[in-house]
Amino acid sequence: MKDMLLQVEPLIPALRRYARALVRNRATADDLVQDCLERAVRRWHQYRQGEVRAWLFAILHNLAVDQFRKVAARGRHVAIDATSEDHFGEAAAQEHRLMYQDVLNKLARLPEEQRAVLLLVAVEDLSYADAARVLNIPLGTVMSRLSRARERLQQEIEGVTEAPGNVVPMRSVK
Amino acid sequence: MNHPPIMEDDLHGYVDGALEPERRAEVATYLDDHPDVAKRIGAFAAQRELLRAALAPIADEPLPPELNLSRIIEQRTRRPSVARWAMAAMLLLSIGGLGGWAMRGALEASPGGLVALAQEATASYNVYAPDHVRPVEVRASDSAQLVQWVSDRLHRPVKVPDLAASGYRLMGGRVVATQHGPAAMFMYDDDHGSRLVVLTRSMSSADQNAPMTRQSRGDVGGFAWADDGVGYSLVGRVAPESLRPIANEVRKQARAI
Repeated sequence: MKDMLLQVEPLIPALRRYARALVRNRATADDLVQDCLERAVRRWHQYRQGEVRAWLFAILHNLAVDQFRKVAARGRHVAIDATSEDHFGEAAAQEHRLMYQDVLNKLARLPEEQRAVLLLVAVEDLSYADAARVLNIPLGTVMSRLSRARERLQQEIEGVTEAPGNVVPMRSVK
Repeated sequence: MNHPPIMEDDLHGYVDGALEPERRAEVATYLDDHPDVAKRIGAFAAQRELLRAALAPIADEPLPPELNLSRIIEQRTRRPSVARWAMAAMLLLSIGGLGGWAMRGALEASPGGLVALAQEATASYNVYAPDHVRPVEVRASDSAQLVQWVSDRLHRPVKVPDLAASGYRLMGGRVVATQHGPAAMFMYDDDHGSRLVVLTRSMSSADQNAPMTRQSRGDVGGFAWADDGVGYSLVGRVAPESLRPIANEVRKQARAI
């Protein structure tokens, strides 16, 4: 288990970052990371070779997807109006903080599958091939989702209004 | 020019720094010639930087104790013995009226890793002691090599107990697999061909130190104990009480290392 500690421990901050960006709630995200680490400890004997990072992100991502499904099954929207309880950009200067908050709000409006690809590739520095492995999708699908994610986020940033019917509801109906 | 045309994937590869230097240069040239595309790609690169900067502080936050990996690993390896203690506690509660005797019984029945250690020693005994061809991997005549081998595998200096004063000669030993890592097994016999096994390995966090207790399983039995994270078990197919002085001797020698 010593080799596991050495290889996995440095990756925990990145796992937290990915989970938080995906589910946008600190407590839920940390619960997912904790589940992920417990599962990784149990399955460490199954880990053979390749990128430890991709292996861990795959475990985490699958847990997050299960979580999304459970929330969906309960008939509730994943809250996006979480600005008050979010802790994004705590360490950043105030003006940056607003800017960061803004881009993260816009990121949250992307479909989950596009958000996942963009985060893994652009923030977590996974190779396209590793992202495909984590998400269990073909490489071509990674590329098309990445492209759509970037286009869509850019439209959000530039304030382009989308065609009606293509709008993802931003907030849950109270 | 025989360069492949620049595709959408190349543009993303450019943004993500995923291109070979040569291809990267080709994309850069292409972007110089296509300002509209360059503007779009520039925006994607800016997006990327913005996202990274916005999310970076999360990775700098101190980890909450629930995400302490050492702790998770420790809990994972300790869980079975925790369950045993919980069972012992329930037993105590259900027969609380018996007081001290119940407590004594429950504690003796749940010495954590010692039970497992004695079972491992018994298993090794059952497999290797009846073996007339190759009961040990390294014979006593090569005991220096044996000591070197088991010390390497157990990551600590291991001394072979000398039981000559009790009438048992060292036959040799080997490294054996247990669920708790490698263990060193030493085998002894006496003039009547009766064999004993001493098994030693590192203990998991639960039983770093444990007093010598009698352990038996079927007609093979003996004693087990742990000192400073190292567990020992002595087993044989003889009356347990006749093994106690030998176990004491093994412990005395081990403590003298």
